Amino acid sequence: MLSDKERTEIEEHSRHYPRKQAAVIEALKVVQSHRGYVSDENVKDIAEFLEMTPDEVDSVATFYNLIFRKPVGEHVILLCDSVSCWIMGYETIMDHLRAKLKIEPGQTTEDGKFTLLTIPCLGACDRAPAMMIDNDLHGNLTVQKIDEILKKYK
Amino acid sequence: MVKITIDGNVYEVDPKDNLLQTILSLGLDLPYFCWHPALGSVGSCRQCAVKKYSGEDDQKGRIVMACMEPVVDGMRISVNDPEVKDFRANIIELLMTNHPHDCPVCDEGGECHLQDVTLMSGHNYRQFDFNKRTHNNQYLGPFINHEMNRCIQCYRCVRFYREYAGGRDFNVFSSRNRVFFGRYEDGVLENEFSGNLAEVCPTGVFTDKTYKQHFTRKWDLTTAPSICHNCSLGCNIIAGERYGTIRRIASRYNGKVNGYFICDRGRFGYEYVNSDQRIREPLRRGQASGRLEPVDRETVFNYFKKIFDKKPRLLGIGSPKASLESNHALQMLVGKENFFAGVSAVEHQLTLKAIQILKEGPAEVPSLRETEKADTVLILGEDVTNTAPMLALSLRQASRQKPMELPIKMNVPTWHEMAVLELMQDERSPFFVLTPTETKLDDIATAVYRNAPDNIARLAHAVAHYIDSAAPEVENLSEEETELVKQIAENLLSSKQPLIVSGTSCLNESLLEAAANITRALKKRQKSPWIFLTVPEANSVGLALLDEKDLNQAIEKALSDSYDALIILENDLYRRIEEDKANKLFDAFEHVIVLHYLHNSTTDKANLVVPVGPFSESDGTLVNNEGRAQRFYQVFYPGDSVKESWRWLGQIITGHGLNGRSELSKLDDFIEALVRDFPELKAVKDLAPNADFRIAGQKIPRQSHRYSGRTSMNANVNVSEPKPPEDEDSPMSFTMEGYQGMPPSPFISRFWYPGWNSVQAVNKFQIEVGGALRGGDPGLRVFEPQTDSDAPYYTRIPEAFKPQKDQWFAIPVFHIFGSDELSIYTPGVAELAPKPYLLLNQKDAESFSGEKVNVLLDGKQIELTVKTSSSFPSGMVGIPFGLPEMKIFKFPNWVKISG
Amino acid sequence: MERPLTQHIRPGETLTITDYQKHGGYEGLKAALKMSPKEVQDTVKRAHLRGRGGAGFPTGLKWSFVPIGDDAPRPRYLIANGDEMEPGTFKDRLLVEGNPHQLIEGMIISAYAIQAEIGYVFLRWAYKKGEKIIQKALAEAYEAGLLGKNILGSGFDFDLYLHTSAGRYICGEETALLNSLEGKRANPRAKPPFPQTSGLFGKPTIVNNIETLCNVPHILRNGADWYKKISLSEDGGTKIFGVSGKVKKPGLWELPLGVTLKEVLEEYAGGMQDGLKFRGLLPGGASTDFLTEEHLDIKLDYAGVEKAGSRLGTGTMIVLDDKTCVVGMVLNLEHFFAQESCGWCTPCREGLPWSEKILARIENGQGKMQDLEILEGLTKTLGPGNTFCALAPGAMEPLQSALKYFREDFERHIKEQRCPRRS
Ligand SMILES: Cc1cc2nc3c(=O)[nH]c(=O)nc-3n(C[C@H](O)[C@H](O)[C@H](O)COP(=O)(O)O)c2cc1C
Ligand code: SF4
Ligand code: FES
Repeated sequence: MLSDKERTEIEEHSRHYPRKQAAVIEALKVVQSHRGYVSDENVKDIAEFLEMTPDEVDSVATFYNLIFRKPVGEHVILLCDSVSCWIMGYETIMDHLRAKLKIEPGQTTEDGKFTLLTIPCLGACDRAPAMMIDNDLHGNLTVQKIDEILKKYK
Repeated sequence: MVKITIDGNVYEVDPKDNLLQTILSLGLDLPYFCWHPALGSVGSCRQCAVKKYSGEDDQKGRIVMACMEPVVDGMRISVNDPEVKDFRANIIELLMTNHPHDCPVCDEGGECHLQDVTLMSGHNYRQFDFNKRTHNNQYLGPFINHEMNRCIQCYRCVRFYREYAGGRDFNVFSSRNRVFFGRYEDGVLENEFSGNLAEVCPTGVFTDKTYKQHFTRKWDLTTAPSICHNCSLGCNIIAGERYGTIRRIASRYNGKVNGYFICDRGRFGYEYVNSDQRIREPLRRGQASGRLEPVDRETVFNYFKKIFDKKPRLLGIGSPKASLESNHALQMLVGKENFFAGVSAVEHQLTLKAIQILKEGPAEVPSLRETEKADTVLILGEDVTNTAPMLALSLRQASRQKPMELPIKMNVPTWHEMAVLELMQDERSPFFVLTPTETKLDDIATAVYRNAPDNIARLAHAVAHYIDSAAPEVENLSEEETELVKQIAENLLSSKQPLIVSGTSCLNESLLEAAANITRALKKRQKSPWIFLTVPEANSVGLALLDEKDLNQAIEKALSDSYDALIILENDLYRRIEEDKANKLFDAFEHVIVLHYLHNSTTDKANLVVPVGPFSESDGTLVNNEGRAQRFYQVFYPGDSVKESWRWLGQIITGHGLNGRSELSKLDDFIEALVRDFPELKAVKDLAPNADFRIAGQKIPRQSHRYSGRTSMNANVNVSEPKPPEDEDSPMSFTMEGYQGMPPSPFISRFWYPGWNSVQAVNKFQIEVGGALRGGDPGLRVFEPQTDSDAPYYTRIPEAFKPQKDQWFAIPVFHIFGSDELSIYTPGVAELAPKPYLLLNQKDAESFSGEKVNVLLDGKQIELTVKTSSSFPSGMVGIPFGLPEMKIFKFPNWVKISG
Repeated sequence: MERPLTQHIRPGETLTITDYQKHGGYEGLKAALKMSPKEVQDTVKRAHLRGRGGAGFPTGLKWSFVPIGDDAPRPRYLIANGDEMEPGTFKDRLLVEGNPHQLIEGMIISAYAIQAEIGYVFLRWAYKKGEKIIQKALAEAYEAGLLGKNILGSGFDFDLYLHTSAGRYICGEETALLNSLEGKRANPRAKPPFPQTSGLFGKPTIVNNIETLCNVPHILRNGADWYKKISLSEDGGTKIFGVSGKVKKPGLWELPLGVTLKEVLEEYAGGMQDGLKFRGLLPGGASTDFLTEEHLDIKLDYAGVEKAGSRLGTGTMIVLDDKTCVVGMVLNLEHFFAQESCGWCTPCREGLPWSEKILARIENGQGKMQDLEILEGLTKTLGPGNTFCALAPGAMEPLQSALKYFREDFERHIKEQRCPRRS
């Protein structure tokens, strides 16, 4: 079931469009912002709320890479793997994160704290390598900096 | 017409189509995947590439997708330019990178568009040497098999299912090279046209599951052109057999009737033909045992001989599911006055009424496919998805007709599906659904009106009156109803091509009359309205044209007169009239003779059962709901004991020198006799060339030239190859021998053309792609509306429906899966049929405590589970029609409920 | 040197509406509202403003295709394309975060020019800070009567909303963007019909890049002639150039169109990091052809870069140095493009993953000489016009030019069965 808050937020977005179904991407994001990811159940809830079928909602949800359809950790680390960051040494950062968190990209740490994902270009190429944790951007990454940053999310 | 140059040759073409369709219509080959004539162009597969040159001096040209290219005067293109040929080979190579190459175990193998295009494009050598991506498959229900790894992502399935057929439980998921076509979760596909996925999909992702259960390659099927017997629309089908069983039904293109598609009842509801309930030899009730026991053919004739010893009086009961020829043969045997249409009084009256309205005009009667072109639709009473399914598919297309005006105005070609959809948005043609129950077309309706049939008729009469005040007036409509009347009437008046749809399923004559009145009123206002009426069964109209007397009259006559024997043709009377009435009829006879292909309650009453061929083992003619006579042909020879009903009856007639008919052995004789007795039906003679017809001295083969195993198929039984059976009834042979070219359209039994092994070969059989078959679409109207008639208005306005205190007005509720007598033999159909229930308005249901109620039907108590609907009219109950678990009873009727 | 777009932007700060107005903000709008929509269009046409989103289409001309007569379809839409997911591109972020009202003013003027009633800013998901900034600026603008009904008493109405994406590079393609805004899968649409006549929800729509729109207020305020003059080229105005990679000072600079490549690299980006040599660069984002040493003197405008065999694109350059493996770089790019293919058309959906797989094999020391032929074949099959949208042809630009300029790198990988730059 969608919460009242979620409903209000989705309705707010729907108002910006001539048909409420146009707000389905926003609806998915609203749910994700509250719950971390969009469960199968949530897909059905959104479908009902927007008078769509689950098939229609999931067709859209699975198209966009930043709609998470599986549970994620408390914090999602999105490490840019695109060209500028790659040139600037993204691989070293990735190796470090893997070793430190003991997970591969796509996985969540055992304590459920972090999910590690790669993401194409964060638009921070002048600060490469870069990553985002939740809503915060971190640039000019070095191995040392990573340790500092991760501490903040303990 | 404009002139275009293709590889140096100049052609004169009509610029209405896209370039791909034009090229195909010219008979040239150009491979494609995502385009489909019924689905339009979206340009995704990039397979239909051609070179386009910008002017006389342009030597280089550029690659364009033919399906996305309008045809313009003077355009110069090349299909064979080496660069573009290379490009097409590269595209197919790319498509094949992830394909599993599992043709040997794929049901599509041998009739696969992907195979054809791979060959046509010239990709043979595989360079991709990495792992392929794989998918999981889904369970999609009893009809459709899913094998996603074969997918080439042409998006046709999702476009057909969603945009064309209106299904919303199927979609495309994910993105890039991981796109997946299926359902949100495993489950039965909800759309009634899902079976077409098997033909729309150019490869083996979606295949026919019923076929899979007794699979044989396309080239090993013996096939014949046939007509679907599962409702009154008469969709054209191809039935395929091997080893004496029907293996599958495919749609047979008819530009006037069903176009490219058929419904799932039509496609999958064939298994009764293979059922273990089939009667395959004559049966006589043993005097000692009291049971039906197998006898030989001679016994049948002897049985009759005994009866005929005393110049007997015979009472014959025909069937709306049997052919004109069979019904007429029975009529000849028993005499016209002793022949009765084998349907209930109300059903027969309504069918006769429908015919009368169609004939009288002045409304024109569109063909099924033409209804797609209506731009305003009013449905009166009929839940077409469940009573005449393919009509629902056509009307869904009609709902795009009006909004199509915008793209046309903006010079966006109508085949540019992507742009058309975007411009149309949620716009739909004015579309009104006036029915007692919810329908699957409600989603495209401008307005729905849920009420009792009489009230729908009243509203419709009021529409007629609004349009022309000379039409009878209706009093005491509510304000809302008056508003709706106005809305409907104004929309009909402002439309270019209004269409009124109604039918017999509400068992309400006023509905038909009101439909007629609306068309008559529109005609008065200088409109040219269309009317389309559905009737109960595949040959209801044909039967009604042969005889106006119904089953009630038969019973009366049987009880009042003295008869020696009752002969029933392909009919289970327990599905037509109440049980006690049927019993009364049977009790009146010493000899009950039943011609049928299946055991049922009626054959249980028979003293003699004559094994006859169902549609697949008979030739004959049906007349569909619009009055179109269509011929179906026997698929295979079932052996010596099973014969067409008309052949058995003919042998009895001639054997006894009855009625002065001397020559009645071949189909053509029966057609001749039919037309002699019913000059109105003379078109039946012209439906197809007769049995003597030959092309270059040859017959037309039912088997493909690749048919395999003929000499060995039965070697386990008999090593000597038997002489193949002869077909004396048609110009078709039962073998692979015969004329290998394209046959006249009534004899198309498979779509195949050199290089085109898939159903896409249909392009080659059409005059222009998407249009009529070469030589004309088969089928002829036996009557046409009198469009200049001045038929008067019907004047009887029914009383408004009044709910009663302790009685409920029962109407039948129809189900595509469940309501039909024969298709239910297919296990998948039975699986999807509802369990018996009682439909009640939500509020009404509150007066009953439990989930189940007792219904008093025809003096019997039945316990039924309650199903509620907020929109179902109060004071009424809906009872699913025709479920095997429920005996037929009288509709419409007042019933009592307790619980 | 004039820097109209960025002169008031300070790192890490955002101009409020009052700051903006102090610097002449919304004066352009006032000037525009005194003109007829057609006059606004003509002014922009005369200014030779070309789209900054990559394709460089003349903006005024694009606007003029929108039907705005009395019987033209309504509503009409204006969309700011701030998807900016092209790797190596980060210029619109600066404009959004630094001076949101410049964008809003540009949108109001542009909307007026095409008589659009509704606008959206389509912002990429990752610009979380920008999202907040725009939200706030929109509220300020509504508050000040600059958005909504009867703007500044002109009788012109315009509502502006923010939409943030849910990822995927293809959303930047203008027709895919429209589908995404409609809440659909972001597959591109076929053109024609163009968005100008059938765009968002089937209505006339203009999609312009954020930078493009940010130029508009200045043109209206200072005139077309001024705008042409501040450029060193036929194309009007300034451009935000960016450099990333192993240069001394990666960053963004607003410079007149027509500066030389060398100037940007040496003077602004500070040249290569110590110990590294310049080998080449992608001049306008990931989907442009490599330029090399021989091209350093070219003028950075649309024609200049095209003559050199590449595209100005987004004007944000990615520099390749001599210690970085070009095969690895192209592999990274094709990995990106393969991942971002929308899956609609065959060549892109199937061809890009194939190219990625081959490049990975070469990079990992298992390549074969025939692989280069296959790659070359793919660059042709996936070329312009052959795919449904420009994503795949864009993806082929770095590959085809790498094969041309750096072929020996590929061959060495195959011959030595290893990456020579890896230990
Ligand atoms: C794959 C692809 C991605 C694109 N991404 C962007 C983008 O992120 N931002 C943008 O402004 N234009 C992008 N474009 C270009 C747009 O389609 C469109 O041309 C542009 O927004 C028009 O604005 P302009 O005329 O102001 O340049 C992209 C094009 C393609 C083919
Ligand atoms: S080129 Fe084709 S598959 Fe690739 S992004 Fe464009 S439309 Fe989608
Ligand atoms: S048939 Fe033309 S692109 Fe698919």
